[in-house]
Parts: sequence; C-alpha cells; structure tokens
Amino acid sequence: MTTSHKPDRRDFLKTGAVVAGAAIAPGILFYGIAQGRAPEEGASSLVRWGMLIDTSKCANGCSACVNACNHENGLSGKTGPQDSQWIRKLNIKHLQTGIEHNLPMLCQHCANPPCVDVCPTGASMKRADGIVLVDRHICIGCRYCMMACPYKARSFVHEPLSDQNPDVPRGKGCVEACTFCVQRVDRDEQPACVEACNADGHQAMLFGDLRNPESAIAKAMKAYASVEVRGDLGLNTGVRYQGI
Amino acid sequence: MARFAYWLKLAALLGVAVTFAAIPLRQATADAKLPGLENRKGDKCVEDVDIIRRNHPDLLKHHRIETLRHGIRTTKYSLKGCVECHASAKTGSVASAKDDFCVTCHAYAGVQLDCWDCHASKPKTKPVQATEQQASPTMNPVQTGGANQ
Ligand code: HEC
Ligand code: HEC
Ligand code: HEC
Repeated sequence: MTTSHKPDRRDFLKTGAVVAGAAIAPGILFYGIAQGRAPEEGASSLVRWGMLIDTSKCANGCSACVNACNHENGLSGKTGPQDSQWIRKLNIKHLQTGIEHNLPMLCQHCANPPCVDVCPTGASMKRADGIVLVDRHICIGCRYCMMACPYKARSFVHEPLSDQNPDVPRGKGCVEACTFCVQRVDRDEQPACVEACNADGHQAMLFGDLRNPESAIAKAMKAYASVEVRGDLGLNTGVRYQGI
Repeated sequence: MARFAYWLKLAALLGVAVTFAAIPLRQATADAKLPGLENRKGDKCVEDVDIIRRNHPDLLKHHRIETLRHGIRTTKYSLKGCVECHASAKTGSVASAKDDFCVTCHAYAGVQLDCWDCHASKPKTKPVQATEQQASPTMNPVQTGGANQ
C-alpha cells in the first residue's frame, strides 16, 4: 500500500478510463435522501454529503440549476467579475474530437480543502459531514481562500446587500460559496440546483450521502465511472462528474 | 500594619459599593421605558426577561457557533426566532427604525450591531413568491420539484 490519504483514488483512476457517458440504469432512485436527523443532533462524520453530476444529461442552454441557486440564496444572477456565482455552467470542448460537455461548476466540497488550509482566521471550515463553509462571522475578507481554490468556486461580496433570504444571510466584505444549500440539507431537502434539475426532467445531478452504501449516489458511483475535476491535486472532492 | 488594615477595609468597602452601584447601572436599560420594547409576540420570551436582557449576546453567539459550525438546528436561541417575535407592527422589522426592538435599547446603551448587514431583519413572509417569478422566468417554479419526475 502507498501512504496516500485517499484510498479510493486508485479505483477512481481505473474506472475513469472506462467509456464515459453511461446512463443511469432505470432502477436507480434519484430521490434517495439520507435518514432525517433531529435538530439538536449536529452534523455527523458518519455522513459525507456529495454530488454526482452526469455531464451527458446536462442540457445545452438550460440554466435551471443556476437560476434555482440564485433564487434560493438570493444572488443577483449577474455574472460580472464582481458578482457572486455559486454555480456556473462551463462548456468544455475536446479540441481533437470536437465533443462538447456542459459542466456545472460549484464548490467541490473537498475532503482536503485548500481554502481551509490557507484561511488565517478559521472562517473557512469543513463541517463534520463534509460541507465546506465560510463562517462569515469571523471572515475578514482577505480572499486567500479564493486564490487557493483551484475551481474558482468562491466569490467576494463587494457591495452592501438588502432583502436577503432569512435562511441565507449574506453581506458585504465576506467570501461566500456554494453551501450545498446547508439550510435545506439540514431539514432533509435536496440542494436547490438538484431539485430544479430534476423538476426540469434532466436528472443530471444526484445528491446524497457518499458514506451510506445504500444511498442512490453511492450505488451510482459504484456502478459507473466518475471522476474528480483536477483529481491530480488529491483533494478528494465531494462533487464528482460522470461523462467527461 | 494598622495602615494596611485600613486600606484593606477601605478596598473591601469600595468593592461592595461598586457592586451595588453596578446593579442599578445594569438595570438602567431595563428600567428606562424605551419606545419599541412592546414589539413582541406571545407572552413569554425564550428566557426569563432578566436573563434574556443580560445574556442575549452570549446566547446568540453560542447558538451561532452551534448552528453554523456544528449543524445544530434548534430554534430556541435562533436569531430568526428573535426576529419573528420582535418585528415591529409598523415597520415589519426589528431594526429599520430607531424604535424598532433591536435598535431602541442598543441606541440607548451605545451598542452597534452588524448582524443586519447579512441577516434579514424582517421575518420570512409572502413576498418571497413575488420575487420568485422574476428570479426564474425560464424555469418551472422550484416548489414543484419532483412533480414531473
Ligand atoms: C457577514 C455576514 C453575517 C453577519 C454580519 C452576521 N451573520 Fe450570523 N450568520 C451568517 C451566516 C451565513 C449564517 C449561517 C446561516 C445558516 O446556515 O442557516 C449565520 C448564522 C447565524 C446564527 C444561527 C442561525 C440563526 O438564525 O439562528 C446566529 C444565531 C447568528 N448568525 C447570529 C448573528 C449575530 C448575533 C450577528 C451580529 C452580531 C450576526 N450573526 C452577523 C452570516 C452573518
Ligand atoms: C416566542 C416569541 C419570542 C421569541 C422567539 C423571542 N422573544 Fe424576546 N420576548 C418575547 C416576549 C413576549 C417578551 C416579553 C416578556 C415579558 O415581559 O415577560 C420578550 C422580551 C424580550 C426582551 C426584554 C425586553 C424588555 O422589555 O426589557 C429581550 C431583550 C428579548 N426579548 C430579546 C430576545 C432575543 C434576543 C430573542 C432571540 C434569541 C428573543 N427575544 C426571542 C417574545 C419572544
Ligand atoms: C432591553 C434592551 C435590549 C434589547 C431589547 C435588545 N438588546 Fe441587545 N444588547 C443590549 C445591551 C445593553 C447590550 C450590551 C451588552 C454588553 O455590552 O454587555 C446588547 C448587546 C447585544 C449584542 C452584542 C453586541 C456586541 O457588539 O457584542 C447582540 C448581538 C445583541 N445585543 C443582539 C440583540 C438582538 C438581535 C436584539 C433584538 C431581538 C436585541 N439585542 C435587543 C440590550 C438590548
């Protein structure tokens, strides 16, 4: 055995070579969501939230996930360099074959998050269940984490905000990013993007507990090839992609 | 030696005096009849009045750490809870006018909060639906999630 801290990485590399784009078998449930937990029970390390995105089902021109995220979290939806984007749709093209893929890019909720490593105040943090968050009460807005993130997943709030969603406080001077809709997950709902993708009939996003072998996501990941974006960095991401 | 005892006694006396003086000081905010404090729902707060008056900063800070960092979602000391019960009938908010609940005392005591830069100072209500339509004109409303699965 090597001393790698990611025992499952070898498997990922192997399976990554398998022909991509396999469709999820009809028998696999999309709505399998983890067992509920009482409000006084904290996030547990027996759970690790993750997401599997099937790029072959992610439709051209569709922005259901982005709109739902903006709505749930109170983002303006603008895409300028100073606007917050918690999920973006990237279009990648293979130069040789010309094949194109849509790649919804969001915080990858790494098991070894570089943003947490570099944060000078402890504001960037990983919850016991793997959700990577900014504790904005102690964020000083230095933006080291934004530079450390290989996925450009974080944004900085440059202007004062008003009329925030009471469930999603946001404000000027802090860094923020996808929270997997922690306010929804904690009440046993799916992240807004996943719900919207399913409602639109694409079912390109699957959310669930990677540690629970009975969960739909764990089953799908066992059955089909999936990869981490920039898997070479060894971050052990919670968001995995199929079909790229 | 006698001199030392004298100072000791004086110090003790002073200590007692300061303690007694402090009590009326701490209750000053409570005793002052400030406008806006009548904004409340129900007949009981989440703690006895003398406890919530004194300890709400600590209770809130503790709850904030529990919720954000540990994922504990109890509602007793939730800031959202304070807002729901204490929003003013006039402004609908706890912090948009000078006699709104979370402002009136703080102005009197010289305390300034940054909470409302991020946290909504109004309870969650219907207007959510209005923004929903403009926010996502091209997609099915989020609420129907799963309906056409
Ligand atoms: C820079 C933005 C920001 C500021 C300023 C801020 N908060 Fe928060 N607060 C958050 C975020 C983000 C959460 C996490 C919300 C969640 O996950 O539900 C949160 C959660 C909380 C919670 C737990 C959730 C709840 O509703 O009870 C409490 C309590 C809280 N904050 C108290 C405060 C207090 C008191 C202040 C002012 C002293 C404050 N916060 C200022 C961003 C902020
Ligand atoms: C269920 C509704 C409810 C909730 C939730 C609630 N309060 Fe209260 N609060 C009340 C009522 C009713 C009173 C008056 C109690 C009395 O006079 O015996 C009160 C009194 C107070 C007072 C004393 C006011 C005075 O007259 O001196 C403070 C301070 C206070 N609340 C702060 C808070 C804070 C901070 C929170 C959130 C952690 C909170 N309250 C949550 C209903 C609520
Ligand atoms: C009865 C008067 C009173 C009311 C009403 C009141 N507060 Fe306070 N609050 C105070 C006083 C006095 C302090 C300062 C305490 C200290 O410095 O020890 C304070 C301090 C705070 C602090 C800590 C501020 C800091 O900089 O550390 C927070 C947070 C806070 N209050 C939140 C609230 C919220 C939220 C509400 C409305 C639900 C509220 N308070 C309503 C009297 C009040």
